[in-house]
Amino acid sequence: MRRSAFRRSRGDAPFRLASTGAGVVLLAIMAAIGVFLVVKAIPALQANTSNFLTEKIWNPNAVEPAFGIGALAFGTVLSSFLALVIATPVAIGVALFISHYAPRRLAAVLGYVVDLLAAVPSVVYGLWGVVFLVPFMRGPSEFLNTYFAWIPIFGGDQVVGKSMLTASIVLAIMILPIIAAISREVFLQAPKTQEEAALALGATRWEMIRMSVLPFGRPGVISAAMLGLGRAMGETIAVALILPATFGISFEILGPNGNSIAANIANGFGEATAVGRGALIASGLVLFLITLVVNMAARLVIARRKEFARAA
Amino acid sequence: MTTVQTGIQPISTGRRVKDRIVQMLVYLAFAIAVVPLLSVLWLVVKNGIGRFDLEFLTHSMRNIGARDAGGGAYHAIIGTLEQVLLASLIAVPIGLLTAVYLVEYGPGGRLARWISFFVDVMTGVPSVVSGLFVLAFWVLALGMPFSGFAGAMALSILMMPVVVRSAEEMLRLVPNDLREAAYALGVPKWRTIVKVVLPTAFTGILTGVMLAVARVAGETAPLLLTVFFTDSINNDPFNGPQMGLPLYVFDQAGRPTDTAIDRAWTGALTLILIVMLLNLVARLIAWWRSPAKRGS
Repeated sequence: MRRSAFRRSRGDAPFRLASTGAGVVLLAIMAAIGVFLVVKAIPALQANTSNFLTEKIWNPNAVEPAFGIGALAFGTVLSSFLALVIATPVAIGVALFISHYAPRRLAAVLGYVVDLLAAVPSVVYGLWGVVFLVPFMRGPSEFLNTYFAWIPIFGGDQVVGKSMLTASIVLAIMILPIIAAISREVFLQAPKTQEEAALALGATRWEMIRMSVLPFGRPGVISAAMLGLGRAMGETIAVALILPATFGISFEILGPNGNSIAANIANGFGEATAVGRGALIASGLVLFLITLVVNMAARLVIARRKEFARAA
Repeated sequence: MTTVQTGIQPISTGRRVKDRIVQMLVYLAFAIAVVPLLSVLWLVVKNGIGRFDLEFLTHSMRNIGARDAGGGAYHAIIGTLEQVLLASLIAVPIGLLTAVYLVEYGPGGRLARWISFFVDVMTGVPSVVSGLFVLAFWVLALGMPFSGFAGAMALSILMMPVVVRSAEEMLRLVPNDLREAAYALGVPKWRTIVKVVLPTAFTGILTGVMLAVARVAGETAPLLLTVFFTDSINNDPFNGPQMGLPLYVFDQAGRPTDTAIDRAWTGALTLILIVMLLNLVARLIAWWRSPAKRGS
């Protein structure tokens, strides 16, 4: 009976409404992003004279617009995947270093240093990439091309600094902190009793980690890598500054080819016509859907072990 | 067979070597992760300090020709400050109220679960997509001009999930005893939240907001699509193209002359200083009010 009196207090209903409303606004924004991208993409897609999903050229500003997502989607997936391949082992190492190797006192500070990598704005990485890494990568790229050309991705006749490989390295640096942060949380939660049992049975530190920490952390690391993948796909400015912005599909990551959806939006927006803008919005919609799927999948893996979600 | 004298055998060489190798790899991984950070910071400071002068901080790029030295980022700094402030004014109330809903009103409900899931998904929305959304909605559908405010809306979409997550975590840390004590005194729920729960979590929430601000202050892609470019000072964020510091760096880095590249580095230095300062202040607040220090 008291409870009903309590509930009727003036001001409670409006406040409850406001906070519920804010939550609903958030859902509405997510829905609106999808709706408005679709609405503004449709006119351009109708004006398109070729197949949007398979065409490899991007020429939406012409009198007869012809554009397709093929080459861009390929570049986005390839560069993000390469970044993931580079970043994940390093990130696992970093996470293990902070959770199981570094002295306890230093661990927090060192973790903060890795987090600082995430605080550097992406345009700064882009600038660093163009001015420093692109010339720097010419040597190693020549080396790979000379001695490892029998591996198809290192083949090709032309070797340049502004390549898919350089862009992927910059992306790897940018997604490393998030993968490391989540993996670290997971590794720290590995059951202490199992670790101690392994050590007591005479396991070395590595054997203990392989037997008790890594199996426990595997789902967390997988979802961390997927979150990193989502981030790499959406990364725009650094890639836009580094990739040569050509259209075409090639696995030769040392050569002068490569582009991504996000980079194309940044590079093409300035001179886009009305149809051109619609085409860019259509490509953004594709990017939105890809990252949505990747992120949802990662979240569903994480959600099974709720306690890891904190670090993200 | 003759070596079995004690119960414990020494660890075989193979296992010991493997252990050492892994340890070296782990240390190496950490070193690899730190090298780019040091390289970026070093180059930004080294190349940026040269033009980090009064002219850079007080002048715009108006009437600076393609090959001219000089010029500055005053217009970009003003733009960034205004856009980030506006973005916070949009994102913080919505984010905070959503967190209140998730912690105080929603738990167990289906709506709360949906909101919680989509806040997580929203964290992964690429920044360029939020820019495209504002472009499609504000500029193309509603016919509004490019402006600082449009950029602020795009940034606020990126800020919201970060604010919600950090505020939610802080609200959950508020002991239930405090809420129950307030209820026992007959204080209505909303007053309990406003007068007891939020003040208790205040510093934690502030830290989260600062980190969110630091994150969006460096975003370039959404600004590119919503704020557009200008070389002149535009103090009005609601009217006409503005500039932003990240945009300035992108713009200058794309120009072919050395003087422009120098300006890009200095812009990057200014941007990193702002972002690092925000980070540092946020962490100081967190440390200053951490439970270990309060000692109660």
